[in-house]
Amino acid sequence: MPRLNSPSELEELRKGILSKRDPNKPCITLCSGSACHASGSSDVARSLEEEIKKQGLSDEVEIRKTGCHGFCERGPIIVIHPEEICYLQIKPEDVPEIVSQTIKEKKVIERLLYTDPETNEKIVHESEIPFYKNQKRLVFGSNGNIDPKSIDDYLAIGGYSALARVLSEMTSEEVVEEVKKSNLRGRGGGGFPAGRKWEGSRDAPDETKYVIVNADEGDPGAYMDRSLLEGNPHSILEGLTIGAYAIGSHEGYIYVRQEYPLAVENVNLAIRNAEEYGFLGENILGSGFDFIVKVHQGAGAFVCGESTALMTALEGRAGEPRPKYIRSNVKGLWDKPSVLNNVETWANVPLIINKGADWFNQFGTEKSKGTKIFSLVGKITNTGLVEVPMGTTLRDIIYKIGGGIPGGKRFKAVQTGGPSGGCIPEELLDLEVGFDELTKAGSMMGSGGMIIMDEDTCMVDVSRYFLDFLTDESCGKCVPCREGMRQMLKILTNITLGKGREGDIELLEELAELLSEASLCALGKSAANPFLSTLRYFREEYEAHIKEKRCPALSCKELISFHIDPDKCLACMICGRKCPAGAIIGGKNMIHVIDQDKCTKCGTCFEVCPSRFSAVKKISGEPVPPSIPEEERTIARKSKQK
Amino acid sequence: MSEILLKIDGKKVKATQGMTILEAAQSVGIFIPTLCHHEKLEPYGGCRICTVEAEIGGRTRLVASCLFPVEQDLIVRTRSEKVDRIRKLILELLLAHAPDAFELKELAKEYGADKDRFEKEASFCIHCGLCVRYCAEVKKKFAVGFVDRGTRKEINFIPEIAAKECWDCKECFPLCPTEALQAAYVLTRALYFPST
Amino acid sequence: MDNGRIDQIIDKHKGEASSLIQVLLDIQSENHWLPKEALDRVSEKLEVPLTRIQHIATFYKAFSLVPKGRHEIHICMGTACHVRGAPRVLDAMQELTGIKPGETDLDLKFSLETVNCLGCCALGPVMEIDGKTHGKMTPAGTAGVLKNYE
Repeated sequence: MPRLNSPSELEELRKGILSKRDPNKPCITLCSGSACHASGSSDVARSLEEEIKKQGLSDEVEIRKTGCHGFCERGPIIVIHPEEICYLQIKPEDVPEIVSQTIKEKKVIERLLYTDPETNEKIVHESEIPFYKNQKRLVFGSNGNIDPKSIDDYLAIGGYSALARVLSEMTSEEVVEEVKKSNLRGRGGGGFPAGRKWEGSRDAPDETKYVIVNADEGDPGAYMDRSLLEGNPHSILEGLTIGAYAIGSHEGYIYVRQEYPLAVENVNLAIRNAEEYGFLGENILGSGFDFIVKVHQGAGAFVCGESTALMTALEGRAGEPRPKYIRSNVKGLWDKPSVLNNVETWANVPLIINKGADWFNQFGTEKSKGTKIFSLVGKITNTGLVEVPMGTTLRDIIYKIGGGIPGGKRFKAVQTGGPSGGCIPEELLDLEVGFDELTKAGSMMGSGGMIIMDEDTCMVDVSRYFLDFLTDESCGKCVPCREGMRQMLKILTNITLGKGREGDIELLEELAELLSEASLCALGKSAANPFLSTLRYFREEYEAHIKEKRCPALSCKELISFHIDPDKCLACMICGRKCPAGAIIGGKNMIHVIDQDKCTKCGTCFEVCPSRFSAVKKISGEPVPPSIPEEERTIARKSKQK
Repeated sequence: MSEILLKIDGKKVKATQGMTILEAAQSVGIFIPTLCHHEKLEPYGGCRICTVEAEIGGRTRLVASCLFPVEQDLIVRTRSEKVDRIRKLILELLLAHAPDAFELKELAKEYGADKDRFEKEASFCIHCGLCVRYCAEVKKKFAVGFVDRGTRKEINFIPEIAAKECWDCKECFPLCPTEALQAAYVLTRALYFPST
Repeated sequence: MDNGRIDQIIDKHKGEASSLIQVLLDIQSENHWLPKEALDRVSEKLEVPLTRIQHIATFYKAFSLVPKGRHEIHICMGTACHVRGAPRVLDAMQELTGIKPGETDLDLKFSLETVNCLGCCALGPVMEIDGKTHGKMTPAGTAGVLKNYE
């Protein structure tokens, strides 16, 4: 493949690629992102390839393994083009039927379609499924159409046209202006205006400058960046190259978590392909602009997602953050001007260049423009990745797209912003998502993780969980974070163990102030947020744990006891058999009782007791009723009366 | 180097571009407590006890004075209710590790810090990093370094290097505020020095 | 791991000190742990002090300074999995293997680790063994999964 030396050569190539593609040719797209892969999509892929070959259709049907489609709860997903028929939760056994019925005879297989839970209607087309219909997939949508390992697929959907335009028609100042005009704010957590960040670097009087992609997505529960990098790596490369041109940088870095092997593989392949075609390297598209990209893997440290720590890691050191009194876009990597942006931020850049800042500004709210990809996970029916315009309400995201809470449970809180964020309760569900709105509510946008919690989630445990996570991930350099969190974790753990004392909340608040005001970096400064927001909205839970030794959510192991209601137990004997501690005393026709001394609170009996009996109860904050005497445990079976 | 005029505790101070608040304060005899700072070493910003209030353009933030560069018209307050609260809590957290450390005890008197506020911790080390940084930046021997991160962080001597260099040097020993360093050295010598 | 192989890895990264972490990652991935001799060699060839390598090897979770088991069990403790009951899966796994996170059993068969978010939240609670992801784990299901590993 000879290098492309000009934008016109690129257009020639694109035309050539498109002319060889028949839009009416059947194409089966199979989601091959990491989550679907874990659900068995590679087995489905193999099945498909074998079946297509078996039926002699290899020349007429294309199989395309694409990136993540986003509807992760229902993977593996297949979409058959051009009809856009969407089949969910496919198993290899379904493949022969799919090929003979749908591919050959154009017949839809009802049982594989999405069923609307409210109307019971079957929905055929992917875009009509409520999960997708209510989204605006400007950035993420392409994932379903391209094979991330094929640069030609990216070119076929218009890829690299933004770069060609920038290099041949725009000055670097014009690019910065356009990004500024778009009001694009960083999608990684800080929400800093990207255009302003770029401008600071463009104006810095240094010859050597760097552009960096932060793909160290560490927030647990967030995997948008992973899916973007796995599914559409060229969009990030294109955005990065445009950014490099804008600030005058010739060297870029992509820092990816090593826990994302598929993303590392796909981005490395994308770089090789881009170099081959001439989108990276010297004299890109004949413009005289040189730019190369290197990939660095993370090594398992959440703190390296912080921009200065990331740069320290790129320099081959332990990822300890540095003070940001002098901004890193002026003195960053190797003390040179460096623009570091999140994966999603970079992916928005080609869109903004192609469609214009004015187009971008039509989406979103006044201060938060564009769309945001959220990872909707936890206690939610439709787990997956959703992209909505800023300004969409939390209620719409959780109920219209997410399908609400499964199991008939009540919504309790949505946790946003990862370990730096907070929990938002039910009364604020009409909040319109945006950077400032979420911060005002005591949380933050963060990278876009949205963890849904229901009535069974203990909010004290949630704040203990996040503090535990951050204590493990803290770099340990500064006293407020290292020592302050150490003590906060001790106190919170004691509270969940029933050892809370009067004055604990006040001490936690004092430590939270120290962390927020005096920590060296954003990890420490935001570490108290989960505690502060859960205290703000769920103070009663803290007080119940401390004063009454009671866990209102019936979750903290040390504060709950399991009890079999003698009025409900009908001696089905399942719990007794399953109890791993041998703590259940009972037999045929005998009401079962739990020996509290042997009980390990594993919760197995609670899970296995059939719902029609629901005899196992969780008790907290009060003593367990004494077991009824042995003589009274015999269940008199009702004899059949004639 | 351009001249910068700022105010520290109401006093007008002349400083030069590139100076930190701490340097500017010290130049006019205003005292700001430090634990991890040393004039021969690069500023570290780890103990945070040098935190001061810095106001510019009506906006006040808390910054580490050993690292924050001076700006024209900056207004600095080295003591305030908030600053004192923060310093007291930092001292109490560190006293849980090293209740007998001289510098900590002296500062504790000034800020009313209670050494028994938190339960005693096992390790004396307060991670000021003076030993590690001195050996790296001044002696350039790299005999002692950090291991791990967060609450598990510790200092650790490299036995082969320490066996050769430390006995005749020991310049880092007086820097340690808590004598955790000397203890670590003695332990390493007893257990790990290669027997020659 | 012999010095020749280590030198090859260092050369692949052009012997740059800033590639230190990448070099160690390659050694860890091939060897499953970082022996002292390997660290000494890297220190010598890349001309970086051993204290820096020691800090990096202990700071980052990807590295191990002790040999690991044949099969590495990673249990996801990310928020989504936590909320769906991952701690109970971890308890069950600890009972079964007899080891705690960070430990390796005496036969060097299993190593247990907790990880923060594998990015498969729809399948939570998630467990990964030797790169293979097992989703929708329950405490009762752990025994069945482990049976397949020699």
